[in-house]
Amino acid sequence: MINLIINGLPVSVEEGATLLEAARFLGFPIPTLCYIDGLSPYGACRLCVVEIGEGPKAKLVTACTYPAEEGLKVRTASSRVIKARKMILELLLASCPQSKTIQDLAAAHGVRRQRFRQEYEDCILCGLCVRMCEEQMMAKAIGFRGRGQNRSVGTPFDIQSDICRLCGGCMYICPACQLRCTYTEPEKAVCGGCENLSPPCLEKEQFDDMMCYMDPCVACEITKD
Amino acid sequence: MKRLRSIEDFESLQSRIMTDHDAAVPTIVIPAGTCCQASGANDLIRVAKRELLDKKLTDTVRLRITGCQGFCQMEPSVLVEPRGTFYPKVGMKTMARIVEYVARDEVLADELFMSPDTGEQIERQEDIPFFRNQVRTILSRNEKIDPLFIYDYINNQGYSTLAKVFKMADPDWVINEVKVAGLRGRGGAGFPTGLKWEFLANQANGHGKFLVCNADEGDPGAYMDRSVLEGNPHGVIEGMIIGAYATGATGGVIYVRNEYPLAIKHLIIALRQAREVGLLGENILGTGFSFDINLVKGAGAFVCGEETALIRSIEGKTGEPRQRPPFPVQKGIEGKPTAINNVETWANIPIIIEKGAHEFAKIGTENNSGTKIFSLVGKAKYTGLVEVPMGTTIKRIVYEIGGGPVGDARIKAVQTGGPSGGCIPADLFDIPVDYDSLSKAGSIMGSGGMIVMDDNTCMVDIAKYFMNFLKDESCGKCFTCRKGTQRMYEILDDISQGHGTLEQLQLLEELAQVVKDTTMCGLGQTASNPVLSTLRYFREEYLAHIQDQRCPSGVCRALITYSINEKCKGCQLCLDACQQDAISGKKKELHFIDQSKCIKCGACKSVCKLDAIDVV
Repeated sequence: MINLIINGLPVSVEEGATLLEAARFLGFPIPTLCYIDGLSPYGACRLCVVEIGEGPKAKLVTACTYPAEEGLKVRTASSRVIKARKMILELLLASCPQSKTIQDLAAAHGVRRQRFRQEYEDCILCGLCVRMCEEQMMAKAIGFRGRGQNRSVGTPFDIQSDICRLCGGCMYICPACQLRCTYTEPEKAVCGGCENLSPPCLEKEQFDDMMCYMDPCVACEITKD
Repeated sequence: MKRLRSIEDFESLQSRIMTDHDAAVPTIVIPAGTCCQASGANDLIRVAKRELLDKKLTDTVRLRITGCQGFCQMEPSVLVEPRGTFYPKVGMKTMARIVEYVARDEVLADELFMSPDTGEQIERQEDIPFFRNQVRTILSRNEKIDPLFIYDYINNQGYSTLAKVFKMADPDWVINEVKVAGLRGRGGAGFPTGLKWEFLANQANGHGKFLVCNADEGDPGAYMDRSVLEGNPHGVIEGMIIGAYATGATGGVIYVRNEYPLAIKHLIIALRQAREVGLLGENILGTGFSFDINLVKGAGAFVCGEETALIRSIEGKTGEPRQRPPFPVQKGIEGKPTAINNVETWANIPIIIEKGAHEFAKIGTENNSGTKIFSLVGKAKYTGLVEVPMGTTIKRIVYEIGGGPVGDARIKAVQTGGPSGGCIPADLFDIPVDYDSLSKAGSIMGSGGMIVMDDNTCMVDIAKYFMNFLKDESCGKCFTCRKGTQRMYEILDDISQGHGTLEQLQLLEELAQVVKDTTMCGLGQTASNPVLSTLRYFREEYLAHIQDQRCPSGVCRALITYSINEKCKGCQLCLDACQQDAISGKKKELHFIDQSKCIKCGACKSVCKLDAIDVV
């Protein structure tokens, strides 16, 4: 067992546990976006930063990826942490304002405006879909491409992948609403995030055994009326 | 080549080579690194070879083609040994004359380097101020060795330190020597090399350990590692074998970027020769110790210089950093313990063993021993590779070695450490260049890039340039690094266009701090340094852009206008130079610039001899 101190409270966790698991064991809330139980931690969104160490050596690390170390002193809500989280949320809102998840997180942290030029990029490259596809669906159909500002998620060469089973797992897990189904008439779509991608249910005729994970599907309901 | 089967074999070979070599034979040394070839060294080699053959001088005059010597401003240059005569900027015709004069053992006086201050001619290389003020322990080997011939390296004491280490037969002694020498990693972070090796040596050797040479040099304007690899690949290889012997590593990797074709070529040849001679591979020199080095070519992503990203790249995955701990020395390539050192660090190892740790520790300052190579570029009179002891002041590097500013401009700042570094203003030029002082001043040592800036450089523009580089080269994994650099660029662009506000400046500062705090790898954590350091020392330039809508250095195009003052004599030079037809005026009359047509390229200012063009 490893003993560490979180916000002044001692806690012992098993070797290999992350700071996030240790903090949640004690009940300290740490906001997360790219972390979901069942998928390996990736540390892309940086929302779960906590402060470790003391004095000039104190630094921020992501709780979801940093392993618990013996005697480590962790602060989950120091002013430095809060300041960083608010800035991250501002950045998230500036790129993906229409995501309910992000809006909720921002509201919970008292972030009511963002000061950057507003963009509607949708995808925040949190990598949940990539990990979902690889780890839970065992498909590895999509992955990251490019680097820096040209980084994006997709299949190799943008060709419909043979490995993809059109399970929709990527859409299900997406916090930014980018891949949500709009059925056959994108103009009637409710969330409107994803005309640029071909949703699997468009090809429903070709796959009669396919299940739509959205039950009831908003788009289907609209077409029924 | 005969394979050497014992240390005695090697020593007899070395003494035979050294007695056969007559140092008194006049030798023409032509440096032909990438930079030298670009300025025409290949032509000189052709001319020299032809002249030597035509005049039947092949027995009396030797020709040696080496790596870059460092004085890149004066390339293509020629050095004549044993006199040490240095000829700068040699043309093809001059080359033929040099051969003639060397054969007669005379000096071609009118082609020598001329001191611009005193106007006197300097014959010997070591008397030229650029070389005189350096301590060239690593770079001086470049001019003595033809990198394509392993015997040339052995002739210059090469691999004798390896033999010394094998004779000592005590790995702990080697680690202790490196620790006592106080060598710190030359890649930028300055982690003590001896300590890293000790960690690696203490790791259980279950499935093998790796040593990596990081030659993924990506900073704009920095090329120290390239020159060392091109000029002296065996020095790096020898350092790695010694390191492997000390730490018990079983495999070595040299990770070099594909943009360095000449370095790759020289490395491949050097590795093959070392294997043939029996200095690499199974049972090295009959000691029973085995170690081999593989060459891995990187695709040239800046982030792959970060060690965890480099490991992933070697494994064949996307170059993306991962969380440390576990550190590479615990879990590296394929989960095996791995120690990664920079090219220059490896090149220092044979020097430490040769000189002795205590002698090495005397160079430089306390905690910062040894020499460091900087690539001095930008607005200095003499640019090139400069090797100085750690702790040398910036002033000495810029003014005594670099020769100070070009023309009558005033040097404003020096940017150290590449995109992750910061700008140090001229009034702090007395600080010594070492890891600790530079980071206190808000910059970093980095791998050794040093860009000199004068008052024609706009600091907002510099910050914008580096942010543009970083937003493209961030791996994109951490949201704050990817989006943070993009947003910082966006704000800097606004400021340079004159749309900036004081609120944006405040936001820029906040954002830079958060990016520094919350990213995972060293590159992300230092990505805001260009912004933070320019804001710290040159805030008034930012304010001039925002409040006065003015670029004090006359660089940001949206904020400057070109106009012609009454000094104009109507010579029409500018009129001819203007590609936009924006300048009008009759001969011998005052000219006029049409602002609606002017694209602010500055062509008119550069041709005007009367200083008649104002930039406001």
